[in-house]
Amino acid sequence: MINYDIAVIGGGPAGLAAALKAKELGIEKIIILERAETLGGILEQCIHTGFGLHYFKEELSGPEYAGRFIEELKKTDIDVRTNTMVVDISSDKVVTAVGPNEGLLKIQAKAIILAMGCRERPRGAISIPGNRPAGVMTAGTAQKYVNIHGYMPGKKIVILGSGDIGLIMARRMALEGAEVKMVCEILPYSGGLARNIVQCLDDYGIPLKLSTTVVEIHGRERVEGVTIAKVDEKMRPIKGTEEYVECDTLLLSVGLIPENELSKSAGVDINCITGGPDVDEMRETSIRGIFACGNVLQVHDLVDYVTLEAQLAAEGAAEYIKKGEEEKKYAYTVNQNGVRYIVPQKININADRDVDLYFRVCQIYKNAKVVVKIDGETVISRKKPKLAPGEMETVKLKKDMIAKLKEDSLVEISVEESL
Amino acid sequence: MIYDVAVIGAGIIGALTARELAKYKLSAVLIEKCNDVAMGTTKANSAIVHAGFDAVPGTKKAIFNVLGAELMPKVTSELSVPYRNNGSLVVAFSEEELPELQNLLERGIKNGVKDLKILSKEELLELEPNISPEAVAALHAPTAGIVCPYEFAIAATENAVTNGVEFIRNCEVKDVEVHDDYTTLITNTGDIKAKVVVNAAGVFSDDIARMFGDDTINIVARKGEYYLFDKAVGHVVFHTVFQCPTPMGKGVLVTPTVDGNLLIGPTAVDIEDKNDTSTTYEGLMEVLNKAHKSVPTIINTRDAITQFSGLRAHAKSGDFIIGFSEKAPSLYNLAGIESPGLSAAPAIAVHAAQEVANKLGLTELKEDYNPIRPQPIRFRYLDDEEMAELIKKDPRYGRIICRCETITEGEIVEAIHAPAGARDIDGVKRRTRAGMGRCQGGFCSSKVLEILARELNIPYEEVTKEGGNSRILYGRTK
Repeated sequence: MINYDIAVIGGGPAGLAAALKAKELGIEKIIILERAETLGGILEQCIHTGFGLHYFKEELSGPEYAGRFIEELKKTDIDVRTNTMVVDISSDKVVTAVGPNEGLLKIQAKAIILAMGCRERPRGAISIPGNRPAGVMTAGTAQKYVNIHGYMPGKKIVILGSGDIGLIMARRMALEGAEVKMVCEILPYSGGLARNIVQCLDDYGIPLKLSTTVVEIHGRERVEGVTIAKVDEKMRPIKGTEEYVECDTLLLSVGLIPENELSKSAGVDINCITGGPDVDEMRETSIRGIFACGNVLQVHDLVDYVTLEAQLAAEGAAEYIKKGEEEKKYAYTVNQNGVRYIVPQKININADRDVDLYFRVCQIYKNAKVVVKIDGETVISRKKPKLAPGEMETVKLKKDMIAKLKEDSLVEISVEESL
Repeated sequence: MIYDVAVIGAGIIGALTARELAKYKLSAVLIEKCNDVAMGTTKANSAIVHAGFDAVPGTKKAIFNVLGAELMPKVTSELSVPYRNNGSLVVAFSEEELPELQNLLERGIKNGVKDLKILSKEELLELEPNISPEAVAALHAPTAGIVCPYEFAIAATENAVTNGVEFIRNCEVKDVEVHDDYTTLITNTGDIKAKVVVNAAGVFSDDIARMFGDDTINIVARKGEYYLFDKAVGHVVFHTVFQCPTPMGKGVLVTPTVDGNLLIGPTAVDIEDKNDTSTTYEGLMEVLNKAHKSVPTIINTRDAITQFSGLRAHAKSGDFIIGFSEKAPSLYNLAGIESPGLSAAPAIAVHAAQEVANKLGLTELKEDYNPIRPQPIRFRYLDDEEMAELIKKDPRYGRIICRCETITEGEIVEAIHAPAGARDIDGVKRRTRAGMGRCQGGFCSSKVLEILARELNIPYEEVTKEGGNSRILYGRTK
């Protein structure tokens, strides 16, 4: 058993930022456990630009963004173990990991920062009928083949799902000379960032077919085509709208799922909407001393916000180590009309700081108002020309508003449509 | 060379028969038209060891089912194949269905099934609290079980090869030439000569028989569609839960798998195309709706990890067809082995091998036959000390490739180099479970591809999902 102050699980953007921040705050013994051969996480295969606009005020590629943190890390004495996969976390913060170089590693940590990221929803989770040939894969897997291995997963591509990875891969495959026939989206709107729809589809003449899904996959050994169909408002395929599209590859970008199997093994409470842990404003989970940040907590659109969230979690962990387990009393956030979820789910009423609330809306709104109420009293009301589920929203609760919170106070966010 | 026996088809029937044949002093070859064993019905079925109350007393189905189920614990333990004796329940959902339970009970007793009992609603709900409150009673069969069918066939083939049987894959029988004392099988990879040919070709066994001039067998492919769910809901039921057979069909079952997942299905639709294993919107909806009848609240498609369909080899004559062909004396048919074929398989194999050996006059047993297929390393089941020890010995066991199922590089390499080992991504998946978990290979398939290419010394572009033209990659990027 080796003792550490903080064990950071995952060396992607969240883990890197968390470890660096904790070091900056004076924490001595920190270890990052990363299952891949290299640090950087999914950023390593995101060779497109668009990262860092908020955080660095510069447009960087994924590896460049990660590189900034990896360079910083080299200047510190943070212990980094790549090729090391955590297989268990116990509620008393014993981390078990294995790796070819490490063998079996047991770590007793004072605090743990969960930063495992997320995984892509596979074909089975959306039950597409038909054959099961080669050539059906998630957009992220295709991205790895193209950007890391340098191989083409196909030549004639249909993409199902207009999440950001799907949009990015539409452009990437087109740039590599593949024929990207279309992107189908079962919802009446795209779940991706508006800028990606313009830069990845419109600029390349790739059609986005809304309210459309794939209803059958054809081909015994390799994909030969798909049947697409329009769907009704309940997302059921409409008979008579079927259309056969010849292709050799179907890429799926149909959602991301925070990867919380380890959090569950530790006994952390998981939120059924975000798929991530329930946390307070410092990103502390239901187990004191275990923190979560990045896509393991909630699926982010922009890595810049992952970094900020990770720094917050690191601050929380540092404070926990320095001050020990101080009693916390909580107020709770509640998603009301039009709001799908809010992170954090609870706020320590003695948090003497501004608190940003991150949330997503349920549908597209135009000229609506975001209203925040504390115990029924409106504290913020802000006009928004457009709100979309694909774009994460934030509101800031100023320190003076936090000071008004009492134990079990309710902080509600709702969307009000103007008439 | 002329083999004593050639077995056509490396499904569970062919594989176990080959293994039984290996006990005798004779030469045998197992040929398979796909890139791997267990590629037909064996990889897509309910994975159930039936207790044996379903079949009509006196039929081959009844006899071999009960015998097979009895052999199951021993054979699966020799082959290190996951098997669990979880028991089964046939649930009646109305008073009208009660006579059917009684029927099944009496039939089961006639078939020699032990310990059958009809449970009251209260007893049932105590055993299985998640069963629908609409249930009124159930038939409990404690001898029923679950098994991993493809691992069973893989292990049997491995063990057969270890004991001297030759295994040839990607070898499709196109025609035969029957001579007086041997038969030539004309295949895409050359001729194979054998004195006796065992026909274990599943849904294609009638086509094989016809090549021998035996047109007495007619096989219908009967498709069954399934849903497989995440381990998170694998504990919803403990027993295999059947519904009462009605004139409308057998209903669907809800069962845990030996790997801890939840399986529901199948439908039953006769189809023309014996290669059609596609799933359908209607079929999958039917499975869900019917499964809801048994377990109403818990099954949510959000927890689904995959859907698939398999083809039952249904003989129009109804019963299993087991024995030498009356039309072609060198042909031994194992045809029409639909449910309870998996349960019956160990007993069918023993019987078939005996009959074939008798016919050849080669009943002498090998002294060095080894029935044991060693347990492949399963990293996830080791304790901390064992893990540390193993990684020290071979660091490849410390490199986890499949995160969802905790499968190491060492296990994958071992599966590739095993006798009759994996040659493609799905072959690795069936042997090790890499890619079998909730992300369905999203993270690990590219790594498995790398390992296959390296270990088999082939370029990336030649790695396939499951043989043939199922390649994953189309050449380099620009």
